[in-house]
Amino acid sequence: MQLTHQTSTAQGTSIISTQDVNIFYGSFLAVKQINLDILRNKITAFIGPSGCGKSTLLRAFNRLNDLIVGARVDGTISYKGRNLYAPEIDPVEVRRQIGMVFQRPNPFPKSIYENIAFGARINGYRGDMDELVERSLRQAAIWDEVKDKLKQSGLSLSGGQQQRLCIARAMAVQPEVILMDEPASALDPISTLRIEDLMQELKEQYTIIIVTHNMQQASRVADMTAFFNVELTDGKRSGCLVEYDKTEQIFQNPQQQSTQEYVTGRFG
Amino acid sequence: MASPPQISSTPQSIFRPNAKHREAISKIFRIICAIGLGIGLVVLGLLLVDVFQDGFARLWQPGFFTGNASRFAQKAGLRTALLGSVWLLILLLLISVPIGVGAAVYLEEYAPKNRLSQFIEINIANLAGVPSIVYGLLGLGIFNELFGLGPTLLSGALTLSLLILPLIIVASREAIRGVPQSMREASYGLGATKWQTVSNHVLPYAIPGIVTGVIISVSRAVGETAPLIVVGAVGYLTSNPGLLRRFSALPIQIFDWISRPQAAFTNTAAAGIIVLLALLFVMNGTAIYIRNRFSTFR
Ligand SMILES: Nc1ncnc2c1ncn2[C@@H]1O[C@H](COP(=O)(O)OP(=O)(O)O)[C@@H](O)[C@H]1O
Ligand SMILES: [Mg+2]
Repeated sequence: MQLTHQTSTAQGTSIISTQDVNIFYGSFLAVKQINLDILRNKITAFIGPSGCGKSTLLRAFNRLNDLIVGARVDGTISYKGRNLYAPEIDPVEVRRQIGMVFQRPNPFPKSIYENIAFGARINGYRGDMDELVERSLRQAAIWDEVKDKLKQSGLSLSGGQQQRLCIARAMAVQPEVILMDEPASALDPISTLRIEDLMQELKEQYTIIIVTHNMQQASRVADMTAFFNVELTDGKRSGCLVEYDKTEQIFQNPQQQSTQEYVTGRFG
Repeated sequence: MASPPQISSTPQSIFRPNAKHREAISKIFRIICAIGLGIGLVVLGLLLVDVFQDGFARLWQPGFFTGNASRFAQKAGLRTALLGSVWLLILLLLISVPIGVGAAVYLEEYAPKNRLSQFIEINIANLAGVPSIVYGLLGLGIFNELFGLGPTLLSGALTLSLLILPLIIVASREAIRGVPQSMREASYGLGATKWQTVSNHVLPYAIPGIVTGVIISVSRAVGETAPLIVVGAVGYLTSNPGLLRRFSALPIQIFDWISRPQAAFTNTAAAGIIVLLALLFVMNGTAIYIRNRFSTFR
């Protein structure tokens, strides 16, 4: 399948775009031929069955795959028109601008305050740290719950609170894009709803890409949705992008049969 | 299933729970393990009782801590040996901790994972098992002869450092490998550099493990005799030790005392052993303290 999924500029301007991206782990082709444009100040959902390469692609956007031995990207991923994998690009700078929230909440085993302040400090933040910590925690809708215990360990919080702390931590370095890899999969329904509400507020300022296995969640929060699937070529399983469109379109009027089956739960 | 839950299985069941039998095996193993622990404790207890009986009184006789070596058991003190061991301890920490932890960080965080690094890895593990006398000979050849340090404290400290470097590297790598990858990802994800990640997250997280490894290694070195004899430590020293002077150390001193024919030296040696044990005890206490201090946020 060699579809291209360039979206019309009528829907917005693109901030990340990929051209013919293949991602390998060693000789294993994990995702192939990805062409898509991520729109600025929109929420984009990545959906698809497990193992189709959603996390792999997401981590390629902020060069976190660099940490994995043998991981390799070919094709072009550009961010604001610049090739993210060009030799002169410093992955450290990329990651400050494209932040990440992980599937399992992973606060540092340090105080709540320090969890937020760390990113700002290492990036040479010169402003008022107390103010930044408060603002970030407020943005992540967790300030009221933690304001009296900023000195306590981030690990003393509940799972949902930890995840919001991680979101606050990601926002404290003022990125432009936030990548969220199944941020609510380890959380209870109430924490999940809070995080969804939060995303709606955040998209004023940030571009968000969220991987989710929850169809309701995708349809509730996302403006755009990309459906990925696993394709068999020569007995090897690689992920590919099947369909990418406005969320209503994907859920109500998908062009591909596999999309239809996946979003209605009649998959596999 | 309306019937009340049953403990015993129905005859048709394809399971053979055999709970009694399994419980019995469980009990037997519990007893075997307890015996193992018991033997260890009894042997240790006998050793301590024996040493304390012989040496405790001698410990408090005047001049034991402040006296120098002497031909007379009642006059012999371990001042120079104790000073020598403390010197060795400090030098060992200064030399082997930065090098050992540095090597471990490099191997774990920076080095590419290829054949060469695997080869180095295996060799370091092997070095940890080389008998200490071999390190003594190495030290004699390199530090005493090649570097011309002669039979000095510095040469002894360098030799012992070689001895424990593999242990420290192996223990530190183990500790660093125990740091969850999710923590590195969190740090890199915020735009931290490698060094910022290592110094702010990896090392603090790994410190309890590193410290334990360091203290166990250094304790071992402080109790070593053979390599020090080879590089020229002496059991009869009346002048203060210094970096580039001849030196003594507690195990050397104890060995010297034990090998003397006069019976009274037995008590002096036992008192020396108590001091050595106390030193090791303090070091292990420090390790536990540091361990707890750095684990508060977990
Ligand atoms: N670190 C890795 N090394 C090798 N293969 C990997 C690694 N991470 C993921 N993969 C493989 O890449 C494919 C895509 O994985 P992933 O991106 O995690 O999928 P998803 O997030 O959609 O569930 C899977 O086949 C997975 O086994
Ligand atoms: Mg995933």
